[in-house]
Amino acid sequence: MNFDFSDEQKQMRDAARKFLTEKCPPKAVREVLDGKAPYDKELWKGLAEMGFLGVAIPEQFGGAGAGHLELCVIAEEMGRANAPVPFSSTVYLAAEALLLAGSDAQKQKWLPKIASGAAIGTLALFEGKGNPSPKAIKLQASGGTLNGVKRPVPDGAIADFAVVAARTGSTERDSDISLFLVDLKAGGVEAKPLTNVDPTRGQAELTFTKANAEPLGAAGEGWSILTQVLDRAAVLLAFEQVGGSDRALEMGRDYALDRIAFGRPIGSFQAVKHMLADMYVSATLARSNCYYGAWALSTNASELPEAAAAARISATQAFQHCSKNNIQVHGGMGFTWEFDCHMYYRRANTTALTLGSLSYWEDQLIDRMRKKNAA
Amino acid sequence: MNFDDTPQEAEFRSLARKWIDANAPKHYEAELSKSSLGRIRLEKEDIVDVGKAWQKKKAEGGWACLHWPKEYGGRGASPIEKVIWQQEEGVYGKLTQPFQIGEGMCGPTVMAFGSEAHKRYYLPKLASGEHIWCQLFSEPAGGSDVAGLRTRAEKQGDNWIVNGQKIWTSGAHYSDYGLLITRTDPNVPKHKGLTMFFLDMKSKGVEVRPIKQANGMQEFNEVYFTDVVIPDSQRLGAVGDGWNVSLTTLMNERMSIGSRLATGFPEMLEFCSNLMTDDGLAIDDPATRSKLANWAVKASGLKYTSYRAISSLSKGERPGPENSIGKLVSGSMLQDIATHAMDLQGAAGALTGADEETARGQFQQMLLSSPSMRIAGGTDEILRNIIAERVLGLPGDIRVDKDVPFNKIPTKGR
Repeated sequence: MNFDFSDEQKQMRDAARKFLTEKCPPKAVREVLDGKAPYDKELWKGLAEMGFLGVAIPEQFGGAGAGHLELCVIAEEMGRANAPVPFSSTVYLAAEALLLAGSDAQKQKWLPKIASGAAIGTLALFEGKGNPSPKAIKLQASGGTLNGVKRPVPDGAIADFAVVAARTGSTERDSDISLFLVDLKAGGVEAKPLTNVDPTRGQAELTFTKANAEPLGAAGEGWSILTQVLDRAAVLLAFEQVGGSDRALEMGRDYALDRIAFGRPIGSFQAVKHMLADMYVSATLARSNCYYGAWALSTNASELPEAAAAARISATQAFQHCSKNNIQVHGGMGFTWEFDCHMYYRRANTTALTLGSLSYWEDQLIDRMRKKNAA
Repeated sequence: MNFDDTPQEAEFRSLARKWIDANAPKHYEAELSKSSLGRIRLEKEDIVDVGKAWQKKKAEGGWACLHWPKEYGGRGASPIEKVIWQQEEGVYGKLTQPFQIGEGMCGPTVMAFGSEAHKRYYLPKLASGEHIWCQLFSEPAGGSDVAGLRTRAEKQGDNWIVNGQKIWTSGAHYSDYGLLITRTDPNVPKHKGLTMFFLDMKSKGVEVRPIKQANGMQEFNEVYFTDVVIPDSQRLGAVGDGWNVSLTTLMNERMSIGSRLATGFPEMLEFCSNLMTDDGLAIDDPATRSKLANWAVKASGLKYTSYRAISSLSKGERPGPENSIGKLVSGSMLQDIATHAMDLQGAAGALTGADEETARGQFQQMLLSSPSMRIAGGTDEILRNIIAERVLGLPGDIRVDKDVPFNKIPTKGR
């Protein structure tokens, strides 16, 4: 059994960590947090130069032609560094949708731009409150144009193009949903930035008014493609969450070792030790579930839907748990703007919602397990 | 990343599979598959007798304690081969329950500290199931604080005279030998005055009494020692070095990778998939679904954590500390699952009869037995300390009794 990343993949992780430690220190994250820039453009450029943006994009489309396992290790480091760039929307959502359903021409048009850092992409799915569901999609497609409003759209205000889920029929059936590709700079789309809990990752409202759109994948296949995209993104985002969990745990551990109260390091009190031990437990469970998700993603296994949901749930829980208790270990200092704890807390709780909430994925997991047991 | 055997592992697996297929006591398969929690019972026969027969057969075929050196009754197998064997042995592994303490803890301690003659005599008999060993560590005054033990051993010529009491000794009533830690010097701090021995459980002055547990069962014992004579030749390690010797024993306890801990999740998923409530199937209830999903990812998280450890073994590496989370996660999970399974049945959830149409009382049994899972082999709190100190590198507890002679440590809280 070799249920681990290869030495080459681990080297890539080390390279990503080294790069991000240097180029994405907390100070850089704070530039975006404080609203001085919508995202870190220099970092984005650097990620492209390192080949990280196109790591899972085939060489014929300008990528590095490595695989999803390589993308997983980079994702972990992105989460660990709390990187303030549109990586997840561009790479896990837009690029994955193109790879799954794009025509050769569509791939040729956008994938090289993603790999080179020239284009930011996103997925426009939600229309207000609620979780992924065909009936929640009202945005109308007709005659090659789209009309309607999407919100929140991750990185919608800085994206160059979007994969848009739109209604092409009038029932609640999956087959009434189709996907479209929209050049957001070509007119007909108005982007309005929305404030959100984690300013280091932007959200926007996109209003489509007779916006030109080309079909992505076959008509009526939208929901099926979307489900696959969400599963793939769930695994990748889970690695970001695991990276964030580990970092939050480390911050808590380090502070517990340094901080003296009542004449001793606070890490010598069992109440603090046990809190940190429990953080380690949830981070470890999440990592192991993620490895299974990575295996399923990289081999396109039939287990992917179940593995993705498990990774998503476990990693969401771990990041929320670790980032929350990291603040608790820090005490009052953890609640200051100056300390970095809140940046992970913010990221954990927005990442938890990005692809649909925890309860949505819990539902998905149980449905998928039942389906498997019935089969 | 894959789940495949290396060619050598595959060859070993096929060898093991063939042997098991030809030799396993298949008529117990169904019965063994059913029981998942706590001590295994067979309907018509004593598990110890059936287990001894299986263990003997394994020893004859070269499959007993297979990671031990050949001269001591093993096969000289690698750690990954041992895991593969366990996977292939499957439910028949449950038959080896009476030997697990011997194989996992007593044997390795004798191997590390016994004389060559002892090793050559005792270990092969332990491996073949001829002798069963138990471990005599815990005491009424020393559970988590094992080093607080009070059983005295006093030197008399070439012998030691032992007086005191041990508790929570599994299998003492059918064991032939015991690994015994005693206090030989109460005038020095507690960790320094301990000495390890092994003894014949049939020795004069050894009395084994079963403990009636909170769940109504009797699986453990108290063992009383009254002027029991142990020859000095049965001492393991130096006088006063018993604590270090015991660490070897306990380290081996925690190295048991690949032995799958019961979580209760598969049983719970099946139960909820079939239980009809007034509002439909239990599995369609949103609150239950959420809980099930939480348990599902814990169960899968543990499974893949052990796969990661197995992968390290496969590469010839020492597994990381990840596996230390197993019992901490599964113990409280069993308790939570039992509570919720009963909750779903309303007032009838309290009924325990095996004739109950839903789940035959298994969750009620789980409820009553699960507290022990959070205590035995390291309480949840001790396990959290271990993770915090050994994995995360946090400071050890401040020990107020550290430099105090043992006989000056207070024995009452108030």
